[in-house]
Amino acid sequence: MSVAGKPVSERVLRTAFYSRTSEANLLNKWHSWRGYTTADAYYDASIEYFACRNATGVFDLCPMTKYRITGPDALAYLDRLVTRDMTRIKPGRVAYAVWCNDAGKVIDDGTIFHLSQGEYRLCAYGRHLAWLLAATLGFDVSVEEETDEIAALAVQGPTSCAILKDMGLDGIENLKPFGLTHFDHGQLMVSRTGFTGDLGYELWVERRFAENLWDRLFEAGRLRGIRAMGGDALDMARIEAGFLQAEVDFLPADQVVRPGRARSPYELGLGWLVDLEKANFNGRRALAREKAEGSSVWQMVKLVIEGNKPADASYIYAGTRKQVGFVTSAMWSPVAKQNIALATVKAPYGNNESNLHAEIYYQRELHWSRVMARCEVVDKPFWDPPRRRATPPADY
Amino acid sequence: MNSYDAIVIGAGHNGLTNAAFLAKAGLKVVVLEKNDYIGGAAVSRELHKDWIYSNCSYVCSLLRPEIFQALDLARHGLQVTPYGGSVTFMRNGDYLGSYWDHEVAHREMARHSRHDADAYQRFAAETMRQTRFIRDFLLRTPPDPTSFRYRDIKELLAIGRRVLEMDEEAIYDTLRFWTMSIGDYLDEFFECDVIKASLAGSGIIGTALGPYSPGSAYVLLHHYMGEVDGNIGAWGFARGGMGGVSNAIASALQAFGGEIRKEAEVQQIIVRNGKAAGVALASGEEVSAPIVVSNLDVRRTFLNVMDEKDLDSRFLERVRNFHIRGSSGKLNIALDGLPTFPALPKGSSLMHSDMHFIDSLERIERAYDDWKNKTWSRDPYVDMLIPTLTDPTMAPPGKHFMSCFVQYCPPELDTGEWTDQDRDAFGKTVIDQISEYSPDFKDLILHVEIRTPRELEQEIGLTEGNIFQGELTMDQLMFNRPIPGFAQYRAPVKGLYMCSSSTHPGGGVMAAPGANAAREILADLKRPNTVPENFGDD
Ligand SMILES: Cc1cc2nc3c(=O)[nH]c(=O)nc-3n(C[C@H](O)[C@H](O)[C@H](O)COP(=O)(O)OP(=O)(O)OC[C@H]3O[C@@H](n4cnc5c(N)ncnc54)[C@H](O)[C@@H]3O)c2cc1C
Repeated sequence: MSVAGKPVSERVLRTAFYSRTSEANLLNKWHSWRGYTTADAYYDASIEYFACRNATGVFDLCPMTKYRITGPDALAYLDRLVTRDMTRIKPGRVAYAVWCNDAGKVIDDGTIFHLSQGEYRLCAYGRHLAWLLAATLGFDVSVEEETDEIAALAVQGPTSCAILKDMGLDGIENLKPFGLTHFDHGQLMVSRTGFTGDLGYELWVERRFAENLWDRLFEAGRLRGIRAMGGDALDMARIEAGFLQAEVDFLPADQVVRPGRARSPYELGLGWLVDLEKANFNGRRALAREKAEGSSVWQMVKLVIEGNKPADASYIYAGTRKQVGFVTSAMWSPVAKQNIALATVKAPYGNNESNLHAEIYYQRELHWSRVMARCEVVDKPFWDPPRRRATPPADY
Repeated sequence: MNSYDAIVIGAGHNGLTNAAFLAKAGLKVVVLEKNDYIGGAAVSRELHKDWIYSNCSYVCSLLRPEIFQALDLARHGLQVTPYGGSVTFMRNGDYLGSYWDHEVAHREMARHSRHDADAYQRFAAETMRQTRFIRDFLLRTPPDPTSFRYRDIKELLAIGRRVLEMDEEAIYDTLRFWTMSIGDYLDEFFECDVIKASLAGSGIIGTALGPYSPGSAYVLLHHYMGEVDGNIGAWGFARGGMGGVSNAIASALQAFGGEIRKEAEVQQIIVRNGKAAGVALASGEEVSAPIVVSNLDVRRTFLNVMDEKDLDSRFLERVRNFHIRGSSGKLNIALDGLPTFPALPKGSSLMHSDMHFIDSLERIERAYDDWKNKTWSRDPYVDMLIPTLTDPTMAPPGKHFMSCFVQYCPPELDTGEWTDQDRDAFGKTVIDQISEYSPDFKDLILHVEIRTPRELEQEIGLTEGNIFQGELTMDQLMFNRPIPGFAQYRAPVKGLYMCSSSTHPGGGVMAAPGANAAREILADLKRPNTVPENFGDD
């Protein structure tokens, strides 16, 4: 963010890694992510995708919104903000969480890093300062946005641990999933987190250290298949992992205009993040009621779809006639060799008894065809390799 | 040949629209206009050689696309080009820009308040919710809540359904919204003065309300409920000025066989045996028709061009009580070149946007105080634009037309009627305000047309110069507009109809009142309807 008084540029912003990402971007394919220029793909999305499944892919996640939450009441504040029990998240741990409005509808999801006692970083897709500040009422806590000050890279894939070791991050192999640790006298934070559902880490530094970090990382990874990875490849990986994408799979409640378009955590399949036993939190009353009455209207489901035609923008039917929902994310999964999708269906239909079908339109040499493809509802992520959890992880 | 199926009094864009749909249905129609030009407040005029002024309305968003399509206005020459953004210059030398691009807009707002930049998202969503509600009713005749006719009940149910479709919280919000002030509404979202000031403009333009007057929040909707190509809330320039709208509608009307007579001022609506029979012109000529439609505001229609004896007293009393207070003025300026605004970065896209020179709600409220005290605002809210940066047809290359809409400007001064000296002093106030932010502006001025409520009333017959032909307050909206019981475009005299901005859904270059009235007339005549339905938002 620019300083008050200094005019903002109308040009799309550059992330802290732009000198490196622009060099790497042979295709010159970019999109604006929250006003920052972000690579769609550097050389080929599928090669980049395979880098993260087979070696290591590096994704520039600087535009992710970051807040620093500090103060004596930081824990109590966060515990009231999000639906999960934050008292269990000790310093050095990271929690995936959702936060809701008073009606129990999800405003966004994100990760909360417990940096040290009374000090947290909240990382989210959307921008929520107005909401986060409004929620400080009654708490001795400070919330500051640090999106532009903190640079971050996701380093994801089976060789990622080995690369970080080669980079000199001693003991990184002992970091457990959802753990965080510091190196270089605290200048570099590493968390074992990511959006690919695979072994992977995220590296966080102040902006001024960004280019140096990139160079060290790529130097260390040279012999271990490291590659820059764009947004297209990351999107493939996150669908395979079954991760929801805000503004794609659900809409933040504060952006919703039409009635009934916001979703509760239960409706998003995130009921495991809701702890109705803990102290009061935003949306608790509404969520307790929804749970008690079983009044969820929607259900987010993971679908394995017969055949090989991706079900982008498909309607979902119970049987082949009754329309009960729609696909929000879909792809052919190269690792799972499955045709997969995330879909929103009306509540009672999110099961295999409903005999779900996807209505798929596909184009071949300009001509459109349509199939009704049988869908199977699955519980587990489409891709969930043991190395994701192994500590210490293997070198490849 | 002085006899028609229908006479429309006034060639404002609503009168023309009304006539076009009647002519499309096969009626023999004539539009009678007092001026030697058509368009009323949607007009382009060459008042300085080679310069075309949009001398009243200046930007287009409300014009219903259904009507654009149904009258084939594109073929009749109308082209609307969107523009975006705004800038509010601040006393401290800084400015707040609002950009077409959401990200740049966010970044700029965050420069002033990160909180507000993020709060804007919820503000936009909630305002859109209200906007969608009202949009549904623009091309519909308001139901009469006291009637038991099938159609009124059906329409009332449609409103009810729209309300029930909302989430619980949205229903509460809606009820509050319709009576709230724009200031209170903005205070619920934002903390930063200049951000609030920049958004408040839409709540006060054209209305004799201050930013903290109840009811001004609705006025915001009136500026948000339009669109350009489905982009709700977007505004555009009609190529060639706002007369482009009226001229295209007039061309469509003529293509359907309708007639337009200029310099044909109507002096009297003739009523015989309780039925409209025609009109008498100022020239003494009589034109007869069983249907007479008035494009004049409701006060002018019933108090100026009708014989009071043809109407009932309670009705006339209500007409007299109709709020139609003038509160706006306008400057149209021919410029020898593009003025510079040193606060803006070189090459800023904000030059193409609306410019404002008042940076807090308090200053706007003070500007309103002046109006209450019967003087024009010493520190006015000006909505200034340079359309020639977008439209190449309105001035020679390199030269510019500047449009300055001014709030507040009273219909009468504490010293009495407006004089020419007062008018010039008013103009000077506005020019001085702009000059504070643009040192070279004054030297570029070649010609200025200054319009106070006096000129607006005298030239186009807007009573008191009220730009919307009646305040947009809850007591004068929907089934209360213009007069309770008379919201369905029918006057109390058989054969007499109203089609002006005084009727639902109100002022602005929207063409909806004219079209809605035509639908009612055709229904009464048992003719097939030619007026399109709402496209509908899904
Ligand atoms: C200064 C100003 C700025 C505005 N800015 C905008 C804007 O930017 N965007 C927007 O959408 N809206 C704007 N508006 C509002 C909008 O222009 C009007 O609400 C709209 O044009 C009114 O149209 P109308 O057809 O209902 O009536 P009018 O345009 O008022 O038409 C009435 C017609 O009747 C004629 N007439 C009057 N008396 C007689 C008589 N006795 N005999 C025959 N003819 C008669 C008049 O000459 C006139 O042509 C503005 C208005 C003004 C005044």
